[in-house]
Amino acid sequence: MLATSLAASAAVAEENAPLSIGPGAVAISLRVNGVVRTAEVPPHTTLAEALRGSLNLTGTKIGCDRGACSACTVWLDDIPVASCMVLAIDIGDRAVTTIEGLSRGDTLHPVQTAFIAHDAVQCGFCTPGMVMSCAALIARNPNPSLDDVKTAISGHLCRCGTYPHVFAATLAAAKAAKS
Amino acid sequence: MRPFEWIEAASSAEVTAAGATTVADAMVMTNGHRKVSDPTVVKAGGIDLLDLMKEELLQPRRIVNLRGIAGLDKIAGQEGGRLRLGALATVAQLAVDPLVRPYAALADAARNAASPQIRNVATLGGNLLQRPRCWYFRSVHHHCVRKGGETCFAFGGENQYHAIFDHRGCAIVHPSTLATALVAFDARIELTDAAEAKRETALEEFFVLPTRDPHRENDLRAGEIVSAVLLPKLAAGARSAHLKQAEKESFDWPIADVAVVLEADAQGLCRRASVVLGAAAPVPHRARSAGGGAARQAAQ
Repeated sequence: MLATSLAASAAVAEENAPLSIGPGAVAISLRVNGVVRTAEVPPHTTLAEALRGSLNLTGTKIGCDRGACSACTVWLDDIPVASCMVLAIDIGDRAVTTIEGLSRGDTLHPVQTAFIAHDAVQCGFCTPGMVMSCAALIARNPNPSLDDVKTAISGHLCRCGTYPHVFAATLAAAKAAKS
Repeated sequence: MRPFEWIEAASSAEVTAAGATTVADAMVMTNGHRKVSDPTVVKAGGIDLLDLMKEELLQPRRIVNLRGIAGLDKIAGQEGGRLRLGALATVAQLAVDPLVRPYAALADAARNAASPQIRNVATLGGNLLQRPRCWYFRSVHHHCVRKGGETCFAFGGENQYHAIFDHRGCAIVHPSTLATALVAFDARIELTDAAEAKRETALEEFFVLPTRDPHRENDLRAGEIVSAVLLPKLAAGARSAHLKQAEKESFDWPIADVAVVLEADAQGLCRRASVVLGAAAPVPHRARSAGGGAARQAAQ
């Protein structure tokens, strides 16, 4: 009797349990740079891995893979995030923008142009992430102060030490974007 | 990171139906036996969870995603003047929300926590429940007392970032910067279980010292989720601030932080001072004598 009711309640619990997917590859769709793309990835795939591995968008770099260097910064609905610390399966319908989606055809984004003009690149590994953070800053704040720029890139590590050139480039890009 | 199954939860009832345990329980192993085998854990922003999983400190069989639970990210005033902070509100939201601004110490703490990229994803609930940063706890090679082992390696080892108060049995410092400010405001935490029943407790009492249980930092129960944090109505003339000292000027963990809430009377004299220290003890540490001293001094 008891065994029967336990089995019955277990069956009810099983029935009420929400649907699980994985651990193998599952089909997901990602809206990246304005285009809906599909990928087959297991649930433990990070957005950074899906972008680079499945979608061949290798402009996004993976540095520390722990959210501590910000090299992998992309936008989710125009907000900069570390793509190594979010799961591809968890993106849903949020729009992903990567460094590949920043230029308009052959026309570079003002921040990219300013990075070149101000020699804000050395080895270049941190650059795509830096550009994404600086472009997000001037999109939401057209008149950033030096402190605003420092705050915007406070999560980025650049072992070449390009920081002063990044500050100058971003301030110049904000000015250029207005004119 | 090991593969896992994925569940999208639409309610706290589904979290319990999925058999979720706490991350703390999922990490305890004593005498070679895991406290929970094949654990199911919940995920909000996922920042600390992914960190633990990438280090293979946590290997859940299933993850239940809370991000789809409607309304859990809302920040809204309540009747009686309380402010309700939804558990899925991001740290970035807390830093800029106009309703949070009067609670200056909390907005300051949120603005100075982690990096912009992390603040944009990390949630209030996840920030309060994140596991400690102690390097022995975070090392798969050290089976420390917090993970079910016998030893706190910090006592005989490298301990310059460890607790200076209340560290009997384990010398972690509590990792949440938001908690320092929230406890100073006498915030309460709301937890929701399978039946959507809510329990509310003072945040200060939610945190657990190692002498009570070295395996967990708080009183979260299996199947429960943190649904909100509630801030009491600010007293008229109350002022607050949060200060963080780190080794780096850009993003870093605090080596010490402090939140102070002062309540003044009509003459502008301090009647009550709430002083809470972060990165000093295994829980946010209320500096009672400093608080009392500040109140007396300002009144004289």
